[in-house]
Amino acid sequence: MPEPLERRAVISGAAQSDIGRRLYRTGIDLTVEAALRAIDDAGLTTADIDGVSTYPGFGGSFGGAMGAELHEALRLSLNWRSSGVETAGPLGAVHNAILAVATGVARHVLVFRTVVEGSGGPLRPGTGGGGGGGTSGSAGPFQFMIPYGAASAACWVACYARRHMHDYGTTRTQLGAIAVNGRANAAANPKAIYTDPMTIDDYLAVRMVSEPLCLYDCDVPCDGSTAVVVSHRDYAPDVPAGAVGVNAIGTAIRGRPSWDQFDDLTSMMMRHTAASMWERTELSVDDVDTAQLYDGFSWLTLAWIEAMGFCGKGESGAFVEGGINIGPDGAVPLNTSGGQLSAGRLHGFGHLHEAVMQLRGTANIGVDDCEVVAVGAGGGPETGSLLLTKGPS
Amino acid sequence: MSDGPPRFVLASPESDFYWRSGADGRLRIQRCGDCGRWIHPPGPVCPFCHSRRISPEPVAGTGTVATYTVNHKEWIPGFTPPYVFAFVELDEDPTVRIGTNIVGCEIDEVEIGMRVEVLFEESGEWHVPLFRPIQEGP
Repeated sequence: MPEPLERRAVISGAAQSDIGRRLYRTGIDLTVEAALRAIDDAGLTTADIDGVSTYPGFGGSFGGAMGAELHEALRLSLNWRSSGVETAGPLGAVHNAILAVATGVARHVLVFRTVVEGSGGPLRPGTGGGGGGGTSGSAGPFQFMIPYGAASAACWVACYARRHMHDYGTTRTQLGAIAVNGRANAAANPKAIYTDPMTIDDYLAVRMVSEPLCLYDCDVPCDGSTAVVVSHRDYAPDVPAGAVGVNAIGTAIRGRPSWDQFDDLTSMMMRHTAASMWERTELSVDDVDTAQLYDGFSWLTLAWIEAMGFCGKGESGAFVEGGINIGPDGAVPLNTSGGQLSAGRLHGFGHLHEAVMQLRGTANIGVDDCEVVAVGAGGGPETGSLLLTKGPS
Repeated sequence: MSDGPPRFVLASPESDFYWRSGADGRLRIQRCGDCGRWIHPPGPVCPFCHSRRISPEPVAGTGTVATYTVNHKEWIPGFTPPYVFAFVELDEDPTVRIGTNIVGCEIDEVEIGMRVEVLFEESGEWHVPLFRPIQEGP
C-alpha cells in the first residue's frame, strides 16, 4: 500500500484544562488554559502555532468556544483555521488538522474541543442537550423525532440498544459492564467527575431514562477543554514528552447520514468509520493494546467494539460481560481514564487525551508496553476514529 | 387544538405534505413517478434515479415496530412519562422508517415486531401521525 499521508503527522502535545461538573468559567477561558498547556507540552510557543482546528466551532450546537476566539485570545498568526460539525464526529477536527499538516498547509496545529455543558447548558428539557435538536425548531432530520418527544440522543440510542438486545440477546447486565468498568477506572483519574465505586447491582437499581438505558448508561455533562497539537513528523525527535504517531484515520460515512434511517438498527456509522481505518493500515485489531471508545451512551461503546472488530457482530455483550476482557489486565483495556460516563462528557477528546497518555506511558492506569491505541468517537451518523502509535508510524 | 403534548412540528417545504396528510385520514409518503421507489424523509429529487417526478402518494398506514424506547424522562415539557417513541417500518417498503409514538395500548404491550396502524392527532394546523396496535377484526 502507498504510505497513507496521515503518517506525516504526529501528536506532539496534549493537555486538558481543569474539568468539573460546573466550573462557571467561560468556554474560551477553559480553552486558553488547555491550549497553553498543550503548546507547552509540545515544547512549542504560541509563535510556532500556525493552525487551529476545532469542533464544532461557530454555530455548532453544544460548542464551548470558536477557533477565532482562540486565534484572537492568543494573537496567533495562522496559515490555516478550520471548524465545523459536518465532520466524522468530533475527531473530525483532528482529521482536518492531520490533513493540513500532511499537505504542508500548516506545521503545528492546535486542535481543541471545549464543553461547557455543566454550567453553560445543562441537560434540561428543550435545550437539546445530548446531541438532540431541542425544541428550538429544525426543519432538518430532527423534525421527524422532536414532535414525538424524542428530543435527546438518549431516545435514539435507546432504540438501537433495544434492537441489539432483541436480535442478539444482549442484556442490561452486559451493557452495565461498560459503566462499571468506566467508574472503576475513573477512580484513578484526578479529573474524573464521578469516582465513587459502582457495582453492577448499583447499575441495575438506578432509575431508567429511556429504556433500556438507565441513568448510568448516559454520560455526565461537564465543563472542560482538551487540546492537542498536531505537528509534522519531522518535529517528532524534538517532542519533549514523546511524539504519538498517526497510523490511520477513520472517516467513512458510507451509509445514510441519519439517526433514524440508517440501514441497520444494531450498528451505526462507526461500522464504516472503523472499516475505512483498517483499510488504511497494515496493522490489525490484534495489534491494539488499548481501546478508547466513545461512551456518550454505554451502548455506543458496544457498537464501537463490534465496529472495530474486537469481537463479531452481535457478540459485544458477551465480550464485555463481567468486565474481564475490558479491564486493565484484560484482552482490550477499555476507557482507562473512566470514559465519559464517569469522567465527564469531553466529547471524544477525553478518549483522545487518554490515548496519548497511554502511548507516552504516563496514563494513571498504564497498559504495559502500549504501542498501538484505537480511538473511536461519536455515535449515530457522526463517527470518526484514529489509530495511534508510540512514536511516528 | 388537541389535548396531546406539544408537537413542535416544523415542516420544510418538502415535508409540509407529510404533516398535513392526515386531514383526510390517509398517510402519504413521497414516491418516485419513474422508478416507483418510496422516499423518506421527503427530498427534492428521487435519490435512486434522480427523477424530479416525485409526489406524495397514499400508503396503507400499516407497518411493524422495528424498535422502540420507553421514555421515563420528560424530555420536553408536556410529554408526561412514561411514553413510547418507536421506529415503524411501513408495509409498502420497510426501508421507509417513521419515528412516532405508539398509543392505544399499555406500554408493556409494545414489542419489536408488533403490527401497527396509523392514526392522526390534530395539533394546530398539523395532523401528526401516531401508531397503535392493529385492531383485530372479528
